[in-house]
Formats: sequence, structure tokens, C-alpha cells
Amino acid sequence: MEIPYTVQNRPDTGIYNAKLGIWLFLASEVMLFGGLFSAYILLRVGAEPGMWPHGWLNVTLGTVNTLLLALSAITTLLAWAACKVRDFTKFKIFHACTILLALTFLGIKSYEYHDKLIHYEIALANGKFADGHLVEKSADFDLAKKTGTVTLHGHIVEDRKELMDLRSPEAQAAKHDEITIAATDIKKMENYGPKHNTFTAIYFTLTGLHALHILGGTVVIFYFWAFGGAMWKTDPERFTNRIEVSGLFWHFVDLVWIFLFPVLYLT
Amino acid sequence: MSLKAFHLIFVTLLTALSFGCAAWAFQSGSVLWGATGIAAGIFVIVYGIYFLKKLKNVSYL
Repeated sequence: MEIPYTVQNRPDTGIYNAKLGIWLFLASEVMLFGGLFSAYILLRVGAEPGMWPHGWLNVTLGTVNTLLLALSAITTLLAWAACKVRDFTKFKIFHACTILLALTFLGIKSYEYHDKLIHYEIALANGKFADGHLVEKSADFDLAKKTGTVTLHGHIVEDRKELMDLRSPEAQAAKHDEITIAATDIKKMENYGPKHNTFTAIYFTLTGLHALHILGGTVVIFYFWAFGGAMWKTDPERFTNRIEVSGLFWHFVDLVWIFLFPVLYLT
Repeated sequence: MSLKAFHLIFVTLLTALSFGCAAWAFQSGSVLWGATGIAAGIFVIVYGIYFLKKLKNVSYL
């Protein structure tokens, strides 16, 4: 049985079926990310004064990731253009670049997540707060039993609010050293994971969902790159349309990042 | 909407982001990053014109 309108445009919609399908899917994606962006706005405007974090994310890494995704959008377009002029070799080269750029993006994102997960805020028994990256925990460290010590590379502050704006002159001037804290002096110890506060919760949700989209898109692009040769030989026009559809999805994912980057990294 | 049209939207937003980042960098006191942002914005505009010329025979639908 032949599937209709995989190459020819459907008379009533004016486009081929796969393109209509991907646009309907992208419309649902707009609602998904739109809902999460709305959640971000509500959480932010609802935060207590001085309690919304600034400067918690690495702008340089975010910029590099933006550059990687922008380049991958270009290579996706060029791969489609190569299919249009029936140059399969160029298609392979451009889509190999897309895959490599996407994997580099995910590698950097993983590094950023790891950096947050080894970053701890410790509420001390004396009312102060220690904040920094984990260096080591002693072998006998057990917070529940109050045994052992933990070492951070960071600093101690009087008020938790001092940890919120890392772009402030005070935060910039703070001296970071290795601090060893006994478990008996710890009231609460928590890393900068999703449950740390509403900012980290929405940060991990938005970027995690986005990273899953990148991963899914990469799998699809890799499939076309590795196994597309057979369809290219029998039906190049249909294959070209598939590349366009995957390119539309990829552009959507890149577009989401263009909004995520300034919202999360620069504000 | 074809990939060409969507790419045009992408390039437009990327240009806005580049100039926006430049403004953010200047406001933060980083002249070097600000200048880089402006250069990136101009580069993206030039690329956009190049890509439109290259794909002038491809439909927007």
C-alpha cells in the first residue's frame, strides 16, 4: 500500500502530510514550553524581595552552548539544501556536524548539572551559612549520626540573602577557601539540585526537558544519517522531505534555547 | 511553513539575541563581550542575507 502525499502536496492543505503533522506536533510543544515559561514568570514575580538568584549560572558556558545550537541550525539547513540539489555526500557531512554539535551541547549541559550537584549550601548551627563546591567527605561522615567532617571550597556568610546575587560587588569580592566543617556543626546540608529552591527547580525542569528534546532530535538525525541511504536511492524526494521535517523540529528546539538562555543565564 | 521560512525566523531571533546580549554585556561593564555581541549580530545579519540569496528558488511554504 502506498502512503499518499509523502512527496506531493495535499490539495486541501497545500503541504505534504508529514509537514502538517510536524507543525501540529510543534503546536503542542509550544503549549508545553509555554506553560513552563509561564510557571517561571509566576515563580519569579512571586519570589520574596532579594530571594531570586542572580548569577548562579555560568554565562560563558551558556554562550558556548547557544553558539553550538545556532551552528547546528545552520548545518541542518545546509543538509536539507544538499538533499535539494541531490548531493548526498554533503548531506552526510553537514548532518555529521549537527550530531557532533548536539553531543557537545549535551556534554556541556551535563558538566553544568554536575557542577550544581556538587555545589552545597550548609546551614550551620551558629546561624551562619557555608557555601561552596564539595572537595571531600571524611570516610566516617554521617549527617544523621553527626560523625565525621565535610570539606568545601567556598566561603561562609552571615545571611542566606548574601548567596542570592552572585553578581553583587560583595559576592564578587568574597574570598573562597577550603573550609572543613564537622557534622556536629551542621544543621542542614543541601546541594543545588532541583529541590534546593524554586529557581533550581524551574532551571532543571526547563533545561532538562530541553535537553531531552535535543537527545531525541539527535537520535532521529543520527537514524537518517546512518540508515537514510536506502531511501535516498529509491525515493530521494521523500527522503528530502523527511530531512525538512526533522530540521523543523531541530529549529524549534534551538528556538526554545534562544528564549531559555537570556531568561535563565542573563537575568 | 517550510524550513527556509522557519530558518528566517530563527535568524531574526538570533540577531535580536546577539544585540540583546551585547546590551546586557555593556550594562554589566564588559566592553569586550558587548563588542563581541554586536559583531555576532552583524555576522548573523550577513549570514541571513547570504542564506536568502542561496535559497531564493525554495518556497516559503
